[in-house]
Amino acid sequence: MATQQKEINLGDNSARYQSEVPGETMSLNMGPSHPATHGVLRLKLELDGDFITKCDPVIGYLHRGDEKIAENMTYNQFVPYTDRLDYLAPLHNNVTYAIAVEKLAGLEMPPRCEAIRVICCELARISSHLLGIGVYGMDAGAFTIFLYTFTEREKLYTLFEELTGARLTTSYTRIGGLMRDIPEGWLGRVNNFINQLGPILEEVDGLLTRNTIWMKRTEGVCPISKEDALAYGLTGPNLRASGVDADLRRDKPYSGYENYDFEIPIGTSGDCYDRYLVRMEEIRQSMSIVRQAIEKMPDGPWYAEEAKKIFPPRKDKILTKMEELIQNFMIVTEGPQIPPGEVYFEAENPKGVLGFFIVSKGGGVPYRMKIRGPSFCSLSILPKVMPGLMITDVPIVLGSLDFVMGECDR
Amino acid sequence: MTLSFETLAKQFDSLTQRPSSDYDAFNVDADQLVALCEHLRDKEGFSLLVDVAGIDWNDQSPRFSVAYHLYSVIKQCYVRLVCACVGDESPEVPSIVSVWPAANWHERETYDMFGIHFKGHPDLRRILMWDDYKYHPLRKEFPLAGIEDELPAADVRERVDANVIAAPMMGGPFYAQAADHMSQREPSAADQSWAESNPKRD
Repeated sequence: MATQQKEINLGDNSARYQSEVPGETMSLNMGPSHPATHGVLRLKLELDGDFITKCDPVIGYLHRGDEKIAENMTYNQFVPYTDRLDYLAPLHNNVTYAIAVEKLAGLEMPPRCEAIRVICCELARISSHLLGIGVYGMDAGAFTIFLYTFTEREKLYTLFEELTGARLTTSYTRIGGLMRDIPEGWLGRVNNFINQLGPILEEVDGLLTRNTIWMKRTEGVCPISKEDALAYGLTGPNLRASGVDADLRRDKPYSGYENYDFEIPIGTSGDCYDRYLVRMEEIRQSMSIVRQAIEKMPDGPWYAEEAKKIFPPRKDKILTKMEELIQNFMIVTEGPQIPPGEVYFEAENPKGVLGFFIVSKGGGVPYRMKIRGPSFCSLSILPKVMPGLMITDVPIVLGSLDFVMGECDR
Repeated sequence: MTLSFETLAKQFDSLTQRPSSDYDAFNVDADQLVALCEHLRDKEGFSLLVDVAGIDWNDQSPRFSVAYHLYSVIKQCYVRLVCACVGDESPEVPSIVSVWPAANWHERETYDMFGIHFKGHPDLRRILMWDDYKYHPLRKEFPLAGIEDELPAADVRERVDANVIAAPMMGGPFYAQAADHMSQREPSAADQSWAESNPKRD
């Protein structure tokens, strides 16, 4: 049988499909255990030949009921659960959650605490993007990239381990401060890591960015327009790749981000290639922010000293002074005392905007906590953009959206 | 404050200000919700619907509310709209999928977790729990441990003859509850559905 060749206009997905003569359709079940879905995402696809006519994502395979759990424990007890939201950037989740509760309590963090948190956030962003780009490349057949980025991520995890005691489940922040101060000499080692990351990133860049196969696989595939990206609530790198100039680190600075100079990469067409470029540039900007933070790391306390009913006193005082012992006991058994109110806080996580909506009736336990996962919104656009794409584009699109099911299903 | 409550209130008479610890927050009646959302999107530049959250007020009436968080990329500010649901038994609010398609999955999730019906939603079915699931887990009366239930897939159910069981809560999260008597302030799990004194759930 002779192979038919057709001119395909890559720009407009819906038009591409409509120009085809509709034939018999086939339904294909992809996932929930499929290497390209990066977790337990299931896609119910309708195919017409190689083209997708309908896509229905099925989520919830990783649903743990984090919001219900949050209503049944104190604020500090919930910190380990935030590790498991976006488990590729746990440090950033810790920070976002802590700031949300502190905002409700009206607490201001001392400069040293804020600077440490900024370093945590940016290292988490680097780690998440390194993984994102690595597996994205691997999905497209560029396996070498994965080896480069994973080696770097491994070094980063060693640094996390030194800082928090755990590689993945960091649980580093507390309401009103941190678990502990940074270890001695840690900043120097972070600096060394950042310095050696630069050349390796250039190598990844050289291998991938102008690689013809890579460009043919990603350029012009699944462009998401500005309007669609906003309407479907995309955030973070995915929104910026579509050309929307929005970054909460600059627009709504938290944790002292207004003190750092950094640029925000913006895409033009919002295709898979743009989403890759935006992430690559964000790694470089994060490196610059970490350098600045190390340079002007302030001295002083790393927890809010005035937060008597929220942050427990230091161990040596607990063991020697009666008042501090009682204070510690109250915080551990009843939780940090947070005033009643409603607060919504969101921060620029590596995957997008992670938000916490907390309704408090006072006391140590939230009345209601809603977690807004960026991956949940990123995936909700799939039924809109998938029709018209080819089945081989699916791993590319999924890789480019860089989602994580832990925070999608919560 | 970038939103003027007075000008908005002229157009939407059900609008009242809501106490909030951070941004502008308004209460709005269900019948004016969609019009207000359209107004905020088109005239005030709130292009991004970031979050939809159901709230169960337990013994109050109206029992359920839905909180919407909007963000304006241009003005760089947030607004929170809270809409009380009509009816406590089968709560209902209008759907805003026509205004922001992003609301589609958020509303499905709120329906799944609270059983709030979104009138006019194009495809209101469960999203996180499986389709045949009988309960709405984020309602306050639902125990943290969960309720024993049948497995989702019928063929698997037949073969393995097992159920989805409630989680053992004896080691559950402990904290001291606010209570008048000192004796009741002993740290204990909030979910007491496992306790010996309680009758067994079937």
